[in-house]
Amino acid sequence: MIAMLAVPLLGAAVLVVFPGPARHPWYGAAVSGVTLVLALALAVRFDHTRAARPQFTVDVPWIPGLGLRFHLGIDGISLPLVVLTALLTFLCFVHLVRHRPEQGRIRALVIALLVLEVGMTGTFLALDLLLFFVFFEIVLVPMYFVIAVWGGAGRRAAAVKFILYTLLGSALLLLGLLLVWAHAGTLDMVRLAQAQGAGLSRAVQIIAFLAIGLGLAVKAPMWPLHTWLPAAHTEAPTVGSVLLAGVLLKMGTYGFARIAIPVLPEGAAALAPWLGAFAVAGIVYGSLACLAQRDLKRMIAYSSVGHMGFVLLGLATLTPVGMNAALFGNIAHGLITGLLFFVAGGIKERYGTTELPRLGTGMLARLPYLGSLLTFACVASLGLPGLAGFWGEMLALLGAFQPAAGLSRPLFLVFMAVGGVGTVLTAAYFLRMLSHLTHGRPPAGTIGGGSRGAALLDVSAYELAAWTPLVVLTVVLGLWPKALLSLTDPVVQAYLGTR
Amino acid sequence: METAAEIVQHSGGVIGLSWLTIALPLLGAAILLLGGRRTDRWGHLLGVAMSLASFVVAVIVFFELLGFGADERRRVVELYDFLPGGTLDVKMGLLLDPLSISFVLLITGVGSLIHIYSIGYMAHDPNRRRFFAYLNLFVAAMLLLVLADNYLGLYVGWEGVGLASYLLIGFWQHKPSAAAAAKKAFIVNRVGDMGLALGIFVIFTTFGTIAYGPVLANASQASQGTLTLIGLALLLGACGKSAQLPLQSWLLDAMEGPTPVSALIHAATMVTAGVYLVVRSGPIYIGAPTAALVVTIVGVATLLAGAIIGTAKDDIKKALAGSTMSQIGYMMLAAGLGPVGYAFAIAHLIAHGFFKASMFLGAGSVMHAMNDEVDMRKFGGLAPKMRITWATFGLGYLAIIGFPLLSGYWTKDGIIEATMEHSPILGWLAVIGAGITGFYMSRLFFMTFHGKPRWEKDAHPHESPAVMTWPLILLSIGSVFGGAFLIMGNRFMEFLAPAVGRPKELPHFAPFSVAGVATLAVVAVGVAYAWLKYGRAEVPAVAPRGSFLTVFARRDLYGDAINEALFMRPGQWLTRLAVFFDNRGVDGLVNGLAALIGGTSGRLRRVQTGFVRSYAMSIFLGAALLVGAWFVVGNL
Repeated sequence: MIAMLAVPLLGAAVLVVFPGPARHPWYGAAVSGVTLVLALALAVRFDHTRAARPQFTVDVPWIPGLGLRFHLGIDGISLPLVVLTALLTFLCFVHLVRHRPEQGRIRALVIALLVLEVGMTGTFLALDLLLFFVFFEIVLVPMYFVIAVWGGAGRRAAAVKFILYTLLGSALLLLGLLLVWAHAGTLDMVRLAQAQGAGLSRAVQIIAFLAIGLGLAVKAPMWPLHTWLPAAHTEAPTVGSVLLAGVLLKMGTYGFARIAIPVLPEGAAALAPWLGAFAVAGIVYGSLACLAQRDLKRMIAYSSVGHMGFVLLGLATLTPVGMNAALFGNIAHGLITGLLFFVAGGIKERYGTTELPRLGTGMLARLPYLGSLLTFACVASLGLPGLAGFWGEMLALLGAFQPAAGLSRPLFLVFMAVGGVGTVLTAAYFLRMLSHLTHGRPPAGTIGGGSRGAALLDVSAYELAAWTPLVVLTVVLGLWPKALLSLTDPVVQAYLGTR
Repeated sequence: METAAEIVQHSGGVIGLSWLTIALPLLGAAILLLGGRRTDRWGHLLGVAMSLASFVVAVIVFFELLGFGADERRRVVELYDFLPGGTLDVKMGLLLDPLSISFVLLITGVGSLIHIYSIGYMAHDPNRRRFFAYLNLFVAAMLLLVLADNYLGLYVGWEGVGLASYLLIGFWQHKPSAAAAAKKAFIVNRVGDMGLALGIFVIFTTFGTIAYGPVLANASQASQGTLTLIGLALLLGACGKSAQLPLQSWLLDAMEGPTPVSALIHAATMVTAGVYLVVRSGPIYIGAPTAALVVTIVGVATLLAGAIIGTAKDDIKKALAGSTMSQIGYMMLAAGLGPVGYAFAIAHLIAHGFFKASMFLGAGSVMHAMNDEVDMRKFGGLAPKMRITWATFGLGYLAIIGFPLLSGYWTKDGIIEATMEHSPILGWLAVIGAGITGFYMSRLFFMTFHGKPRWEKDAHPHESPAVMTWPLILLSIGSVFGGAFLIMGNRFMEFLAPAVGRPKELPHFAPFSVAGVATLAVVAVGVAYAWLKYGRAEVPAVAPRGSFLTVFARRDLYGDAINEALFMRPGQWLTRLAVFFDNRGVDGLVNGLAALIGGTSGRLRRVQTGFVRSYAMSIFLGAALLVGAWFVVGNL
C-alpha cells in the first residue's frame, strides 16, 4: 500500500541524486510500470464483496500533537481512480520514450511526473482530511513546472493562471476542512462519512460545503471558475495535458464524492441546486465555446468543461444513480480525454500546430491511422452508447430526472433538459471539427507551414503502445459498465444511506 | 389472444446462439478495421461472408421458432448483466419473437444482397475494404437494435446505426458535401435520441425496469398522462431515425453517401427503426390515445410532405429519398392505429424493404452506367440499353404505386382501408398521397428510362455486371410476390399476433371497397398526368423555374430554412456570446487580479531568477494562507 507512494517517490529521489545515463524516459517508464503493477495487484486482491469498506488500510500517527494521522486506504470509489492514475502515468512515460518535448531537460520532466504521480495517487488514497489536502497541494507544484517549462508559447501566463486559481481554491478548501475539524473534532474521513453530518449544525455544514465545494469546483472545473483550464491545457505539453485532463480534474469531483457530500449531507442538500445550475451552465457553455474554437487543444479543453459539467450534475442530484454516474464519468473522461490529448499531441508533433485553419483537411486520406483514432476518440467523447463516455452522461441525466428527496424536481427536470441540449451540442462541435479536419482532400505540398511537408509519419509504435490500452478500456467499459459500477455502487449506497 | 403472449426464458438450440447474428458481422467489422491494408484483397469477401452467415443463423432461428406453438414464440436469451443490481439493475438479453425475427430476416437478407451488389458497385474504390467494414458494423448495430430485450439495448443499437450511417454517408471523405450531410444526419438524429432517452428515463422511473417483458405487460397500470409522455418522447426518437416531420431534413442530404448505403440504411432498414419502436411499444400507445393520434398525424403529414418533395426533385436519389419518407409515413400511420395496423405497418415495411432497395440499387446501376450522373434530366431512353435494370426497376415502380396484385398494392391498400375505418379524414389524405406517389414515381420512371436520350456527350450507358444485376433480380421477386404472400389469408397478422396482439376484428380484404377503388383511380390519374408531362412530351434538359409550389417542393418545404432560422442562427449567436464572456468577463477579472499580483512579484524578479522564484512564491503563499486559516478557524 505504502509502496504505491514510495516507489515513484524513491524513483524521483534517486534521479535527483544520481543523474545517470540519458535514458530517463525508460527509467520513468520502469518506475511507473512497477507502480502500475502494484496498482493492478491491489485491484486483483481487492475484496469486491466488501467494496464499501476501505481495504489495505495504513493508519499511523503522523503529527500526534495536531491529531494528524497518516491514514490511507482503498475502497470502491478510489480503486478505479488509483488504477487510472497509475495507468495514465505509465502511458505518458511510454509516450515520452520516443516523443520528447522540444525543450529537452528530460530528467527534470521525469522527476516532475513522478512527484506528480505521488501527489495524485496520495489524494485518492488519503483517508485523513489534512493528508488529503497535503497531497492535493503536492500536485500543484510539479504541474506548475510541467506547464511553465515544457509548455507552448504562452506557457508562463498559463502556468501563473493555473497556480493562482488553484491556490485560491485550495485556501477555501483548507478553510472548509478546518471548519469541519473544528466542529466534528476529527479528521478521519471514514468516521466523518459514517457520522453523516451528525454533530455538525446546518449552518456550519452549509458554510463548510460552500468553502470546500468552491475549492474543489476550481479544480473540477466548474463554470465559471474554468478559465484557467483552456489556457493550461493549450500550453501544456502532451503528457501534461493528458495528466491534467485525465487525473487532475478528477481530484475535484472525487473530493465532492468523498468528502463534501457524505460528510456534509445537509450542506449538500442546501447547495445542490446551485451546484446543478452551475453544472448545466458549464455543459452548455463549454459546448458553445467549443463550437467557436479554432484550436484543437483548446477545443478539447473546453469539451472537458462540458463533460465535467455532467459529472457535477450527477453529484448534484445526490442520488445513487447520479453519484455512480459521476464516478463513472470521471473514469470515462480520464480515458477518452487522455486519448484525445495524446492524439492532439501527435497532430501537433506532425503538423507543428493545432490551429484548425492551419491544419487543413483530409487527415483520413493523409494519415489514416491517426485520423481514425481521432475519429474514435471524438465519437467516444460525444457519448456514443457502447463506448465508455455514454454511461456517465446518460446516468447523470437519469439522476437529474429523479433527484433525491428534498430537491426540487421541476428544477432538476430543467437541468436535465438543458443537459440534453448539451449532448446535442457536444455532437455538433465534435463532428464539426471532424468534418473539417479529417474529411476533404489533403492539400498538395506542405501543410500548416510545417517544414516536414508531405512525408508525415502515421502513428508510431510507441504511440500505438501508449494509446491502445485507452481504446481497449473505452470499449470494455462501454460494453460492460457493470465492471466499474459494481465497485462504486456499494460505496455510494453507504454514503447516501440508501442501504 | 388479443394481447401479446408471455415471454419465456430460453437456452440452448440455435436460438441460444442467436447472438451470433450480431457477433459475426461485428467480428467482420473489427477484422477489416484493425487489419488495415493487409485485408484489402479479400476484405469485401469477408464482409459478404459475415453478412451471409448471419442470415443463415437467422433462417435457422426462424424455423426453430416456428417449431414452438404460437403462444411460446417469444423467447428471451439472457446474455450478461449490463448494469449491477442495487441501484440500477439491467440485464442484457435478446428477445426472439415474430416481430424481431421478421426484422432480422429483412436486415440480413436484404443486407446480404446489398453487400454482394457492393462488390461490383465499389469495385474501383481504393477504400472498398473500409466500406465493407462499415456495412458490417451497421448490420451488427441494426440487429442489436431489433433483438435487444430492453430499451437500453435498443438505444445502444439505435445510436450504433447512427454512427454507421454517419461513417457511410461521409464515406467519400473528399466531398465536402458528404461531410456536411453526415454531420447533419448525426446531429438531427441526436435531437431525436434525446427524446428516446427521455422516454427511457420515464419508463425506468415508472416501472423500475426497462425490459420489454415487464414494462409492456404492466403498461396498462400506469397513468394515462405518464403513458402519453412516454409515447410522445419515444415518437420524437422515432421521428429522428425515420426522417418523419419535424426531423426529416437530414434524409435528403444523406443521399450523398454511396448508393448501396442509401438502399440499405436510408431505405430498407435503418430508417424503419422508428416504426419498429412504435410497434414494439404498442401497449404504451394503446394506453395513451393522444400519443397514438399524434403518431398517425405525423405519419400522414410526412407521407404527404415526402410525396410532394418527390414530385419536384430532378436528382434521382433525392426523389427516391422523398418517396422513402413518404412510405415510412404510411407505416407510421398504420403503427399509430394500434393492433389493426401493426401487421400492415410491418408488412409494408418488409415489402418496401424489397421494392425500395431494388429501386435504389437500380438507380445505382443507372449511375454506374452514366458516369455517376444523378440528374434525371440527363437520362431518358435508357430502357433498351439496360434491360435488366429497367425490368427490375419497373417492377419496383409498379409495386410502390400499388399496381394491382404486386406487393405495394396489398400492404398499402391494407393501411388505407384500416385508416378509413379509424378516421376518414386521415384515410382520404392517405388516398391523396397514393395519387401523388403514382405521379412522382411515374415521372421518375419515365424521365429515366423512356423518352428521348438527353445524355451527356461522354455517356456510354451499359448494363451492369452480374454481381450487381442478380441482387436486383432477387429483390424484385420480393417486390412482386412479398405483399400477396404476407397479406393473403391474414398470414402475417396471425404470425405477428403473439408479439403484438391481435386486433378485435380481423380485417377482411375487400378488393372493391370504396377506398380501394378510389385509390386505384387517383393513382391512375397520377400516372396518366406524369405520362402526359414526362413520357409523351419532351423533358427540358434544364429545369424550368416553376411555380411557387414547385420551388416550395424543390426546397424540401423550406425545412432547412426553418431549422436555420430557429436553431442555427441563435446557436451561432450564443456561441459568440460565450467566447466574448470567457475572454472579457471571467478572464478579464482574473487577469486583472493576476496583473496585480504579477506587479508585486515583478519587484522580486530582480532578486530571484528562474523557477525557484515561482516555486518559493507559491509555497510562501500557501503557507501564509495555511497559517491565516489556522487562526481564523481555530477561533470560530
